[in-house]
Amino acid sequence: MKYLLLIYNDAALLDALPPEEFEHRLAHCYERAGELMADGRLLGSERLEKPETAATVRIRDDELAVTDGPFAETKEYLAGFNVVEARDMNEAIRLAAGFPWARTGSVEVRPIAQSLPG
Amino acid sequence: MESAWREHSRHALATLVRLLGDFDLAEEALHDAFRAALEQWPAQGVPGNPYSWLVSAGRFKAIDQIRRRRRYDLDDGRIAERVAAADGDPAEAEIDAVGDDRLRLVFTCCHPVLAPEARVALTLREVCGLATEEIARAFLVPVPTLAQRIVRAKAKLRQARVGYQVPGHAELPARLASVLQVVYLVFNEGHSASAGAQAVRHDLVEEAIRLGRLLVALLPEPEAVGLLALMLLHASRRHARIGADGALVLLPDQDRGRWDRALIDEGLALVRLALRARPPRSYALQAAIAAVHAEAATAEATDWPQIVALYDLLLRVDPSPVVALNRAVAVAERDGPAPALALVDDLLAEGALAGYHLAHATRAELLRRLDRTDEARAAYQRALRLVRQLPERAFLSDRLAALP
Repeated sequence: MKYLLLIYNDAALLDALPPEEFEHRLAHCYERAGELMADGRLLGSERLEKPETAATVRIRDDELAVTDGPFAETKEYLAGFNVVEARDMNEAIRLAAGFPWARTGSVEVRPIAQSLPG
Repeated sequence: MESAWREHSRHALATLVRLLGDFDLAEEALHDAFRAALEQWPAQGVPGNPYSWLVSAGRFKAIDQIRRRRRYDLDDGRIAERVAAADGDPAEAEIDAVGDDRLRLVFTCCHPVLAPEARVALTLREVCGLATEEIARAFLVPVPTLAQRIVRAKAKLRQARVGYQVPGHAELPARLASVLQVVYLVFNEGHSASAGAQAVRHDLVEEAIRLGRLLVALLPEPEAVGLLALMLLHASRRHARIGADGALVLLPDQDRGRWDRALIDEGLALVRLALRARPPRSYALQAAIAAVHAEAATAEATDWPQIVALYDLLLRVDPSPVVALNRAVAVAERDGPAPALALVDDLLAEGALAGYHLAHATRAELLRRLDRTDEARAAYQRALRLVRQLPERAFLSDRLAALP
């Protein structure tokens, strides 16, 4: 089964970290990603720029509207994602908990829909 | 390679849980061992003892894991302890040739600090190796709910510092009862669920029987033997219970030629073994009742006096309104519907069975046999209001429609 781990960070909690602690966690994150990549469980992974760099696109009545910033103002913003291969939801949860970001935000674990055969 | 893996991985996991004292670490270690096996086994052949190979590979991987985690993790003191434990003398990492680790794992997953539904989920995942999604499907629970149940159960075992061991002699009967209850819950979920409703459904009946066999092999207590016998005898009728149209077929109407003789023979031998315990206990007596049915070549040949006598014993060791109701059904066969109806009316008056559809269905059936049609109709309608299973609902509707 494939799962998408959506990493949300809480800016307040993250900013409260001493800089060396943030670097430390980032190093941990990369090391963990490297391990999972090496053993075939991490299929894809990206870190995103800050939410203020986003543009949101909508078409209503054939009218294209682009607004800046993410779709909704929330305390936590989408900071990155991983696509993992796991035996089941509980293994995916375990992998999500192995990244440091669950401590300064949250990680949403979402099954990736299985494409229909053929 | 795959069959070697399947056969040995559950046992290796159980041993790693003992050595590392933690489910998640053990699972990660087993995964790493599996990766190592994938690299080495195809080239070098499957080792002579795959189980001990997996355990020792898993153990070394776990030591690496723990050290790495300690660099980054907020060490809560437990991790350092584990390094010491896992890194100890390899001779201490004793190989478990008899499967005691699997027994420890069963007792841990069925520990009374956990709610029964958590015990079931944990046992199916950790002992039987089912995926969270499969368990959720089988029990009609949303996947995140079930995943959370498993996470919480593990946390609870950690917090309660539940020892990873087979209980001692004094505790054993109560703790074994809790394990058997889990196995029987799994069985019943599979046995009474409507057939073929889900395309990809792990067969809970098979899983429960496999667990029952494991228990009997590792801990041949009379009640474990009795439960295995009971499950085998019930399972022997599986294919006769559901008609071609998917409808439920009751015991007297079943085609006995479709009963599984191999399961019956095995069940009968186990019943005899379980009944040697004095006094016979609940599962053994229930299995004995199933055995009397299994031994009857036709419904008419059923030894009803024997069944009533077994119910009398069962009521003594494990009294419950449901057992009393089943006894009333047997009394109807032995003595006719009138005395049985008096028993059912008494039971309903006590109130515990008022919301139980089978009590009203039984009453309806007895009234029908006594030609009290209007009352029978009312009782069937009452049962229909309470029934929650599709095949049972269809069955009751048919009976109601068949009234004159």
